[in-house]
Amino acid sequence: MNFVSEFKTRATEKSGDLRHRQFIRTALRGYEVARDKRKGAFQSWESARQAAAETKWEAVNHLDKHLESLVAKLEARGTKVHWASTGAQAREIIAQILRDKKARCIIKSKAMTSEEIHLNDALEKEGFTVVESDLGEFIVQLRHETPYHIVFPSMHLTRDEIRDLFQKELGDAPSNTPEDLTMVARRVMRQKYITADVGFTGANFAIAETGMISITENEGNSRLTAALPKTMVTLIGIEKVLPRFADLALFLPMLATAGAGQPMTCYNTMYSGPRQPGECDGPEEWHVVLLDNRRTELLADAEQRDALHCIRCGACLNVCPIFRNVGGHTYGTTYSGPVGAVITPHLRGLQDWKHLSNASSLCGACTEACPVKIDLHHHLLQNRRNASASQPAFFEKLAYQIFGIVANEPRFWSLAKKIGWLTQPLQRAVKGSALDPAKAWTKTRDLPPMPQETFKDWWRNRK
Amino acid sequence: MSERENILGRIREALKVPAPLPGSHDDMSVHASAEAPASHAREWLPSVGASVAEQFDLFARNCADLKTDFQLFANRDELKTALAKIAAAEKWQRVASHDGELSNFASRSLGLPVLLTDQGYDVQAMEKCDAGITECDALIAQTGGVAVTSRSAGGRALSVLPPHHVVIARREQLVADLPAAFALLQAKYAPDFPSMISFITGPSRTGDIERILVLGAHGPKKLTIFCF
Repeated sequence: MNFVSEFKTRATEKSGDLRHRQFIRTALRGYEVARDKRKGAFQSWESARQAAAETKWEAVNHLDKHLESLVAKLEARGTKVHWASTGAQAREIIAQILRDKKARCIIKSKAMTSEEIHLNDALEKEGFTVVESDLGEFIVQLRHETPYHIVFPSMHLTRDEIRDLFQKELGDAPSNTPEDLTMVARRVMRQKYITADVGFTGANFAIAETGMISITENEGNSRLTAALPKTMVTLIGIEKVLPRFADLALFLPMLATAGAGQPMTCYNTMYSGPRQPGECDGPEEWHVVLLDNRRTELLADAEQRDALHCIRCGACLNVCPIFRNVGGHTYGTTYSGPVGAVITPHLRGLQDWKHLSNASSLCGACTEACPVKIDLHHHLLQNRRNASASQPAFFEKLAYQIFGIVANEPRFWSLAKKIGWLTQPLQRAVKGSALDPAKAWTKTRDLPPMPQETFKDWWRNRK
Repeated sequence: MSERENILGRIREALKVPAPLPGSHDDMSVHASAEAPASHAREWLPSVGASVAEQFDLFARNCADLKTDFQLFANRDELKTALAKIAAAEKWQRVASHDGELSNFASRSLGLPVLLTDQGYDVQAMEKCDAGITECDALIAQTGGVAVTSRSAGGRALSVLPPHHVVIARREQLVADLPAAFALLQAKYAPDFPSMISFITGPSRTGDIERILVLGAHGPKKLTIFCF
């Protein structure tokens, strides 16, 4: 219940914030222009989407085989693989690695899975220092906030807000230009890569055929995180597997195009082990933690299994009219926007999070934008159906039962119309107020006036 | 039972019910083709032109978009002169590099102290180098990027820690597109892959502040590709 009322309160507040709306709209319009240009450069974006969807289908529908192959290949080259059924298990596995290494400072590159299991909080409670190295993540970490968007974590902040933040937290903000502010973060971070005991990363893809983890980034922070600290830890959801090495030739440019309107993200890096014999650097130990955290529950729902195809590009968020108006923080979830509304009920409980599936115009823009063709807007409808089937709303059910009786009996129906016509002035008087039983609907909408003469009357009386 | 068995058990249980194919709208018929769905990616990705000249042209245009400094030279001596010019303009004091026919030629031509990574190196010393000079595995016309590995480019840090990354390549290293680059890497290394393979497409960048592009977020501020 709390989740619903919190969502409604935040949504009302944010959608009334015209400055926020304007700011987000401007940012996303720039994205749309760039994305359309890059999509247009493809010889056939639609064929690429279909192939990407089929590749993901193949991966997810043979997940056990692909995971076994991935793990065997990783282990053969000295990588330590851990399996975590829950977020708590994953946190404990990672904390134990840090304790074993007597680590103090952890440098992190962006990982939504770590947001999902609230890793930073858990590690900080144990006394570890955790530094987010991705610029956007670094900014929201300084603000003690969650990422606003899965790809653009700090897109809700203006340069002035960031300058003030850096001035307050770091005492270093020469100006408000993005250039200067980025260089502040660069200076802060440089030594941290070198002195951190452990480097932590997320992952975008895992390759079953060759036993690799692929990481996509623009800044180079993940490259440095995976190069300099002696120990490397990677947390990855079990659904991230792709069958073949060559599949990346399709997925990397598609992720860049759908995610940020780029032809290719700046660094796409495949790791297949810790430092190998004959290599001059890289971590001595590499731990890969495979996270379930109720993904298998979503897998068991064959109807919505394709939601596990998600490559977290954020394309559905960027085009969603709801996201654009209520903003990323309103959702109160790790994964926001349409894909968040689809999967959060599976990851955290349908009854607590079904309201996200209701907060949709069902326009289908998300489904059209998705590079792996997840049937997002139908899944929102299915969540609604499943929620009301497993826990029907009492009054709603009663109202439809009464409606059924009235609508099936002509005498009741014409009586109801008369009552409706007579009581309509009363409805107008209380419209939208606490006395109005339908206020949630009528607060922002007008009921059309009921005519005194109904169609049936007119038909009967016509000459 | 281990968590591994628990998770795999849940996956197998879940997969007993088949899922509809993408775009099939509840059609449960099994995927018929034995071919990998992405095996025709070349036909859908951005076109690259048929001739090598066209592909070099495309590579150069992509580099310009990415703000990579790409120059194609007739011979080694021209390359040497151009490299010396950059070193002078940026007042390089020392460079980092690795052992290799092309990288040795380039780094030694400068007459500056050279930190070589091959036998291990001091990270703080590399951080103070003005440039990292490496070889690569391929130049990719389609993206304007290069593929490097921990084996071919002096480890993991050399291509990202110094503020200027210089790639020295031969003309023959140009491949048309991403599928060709992946095929090349697979043919060259499988099954014993270097522990890191990286596709570098332009200098390090970020758009995290108001979606405005800034170069040199954490990695190199400049990327130079010299090819002869």
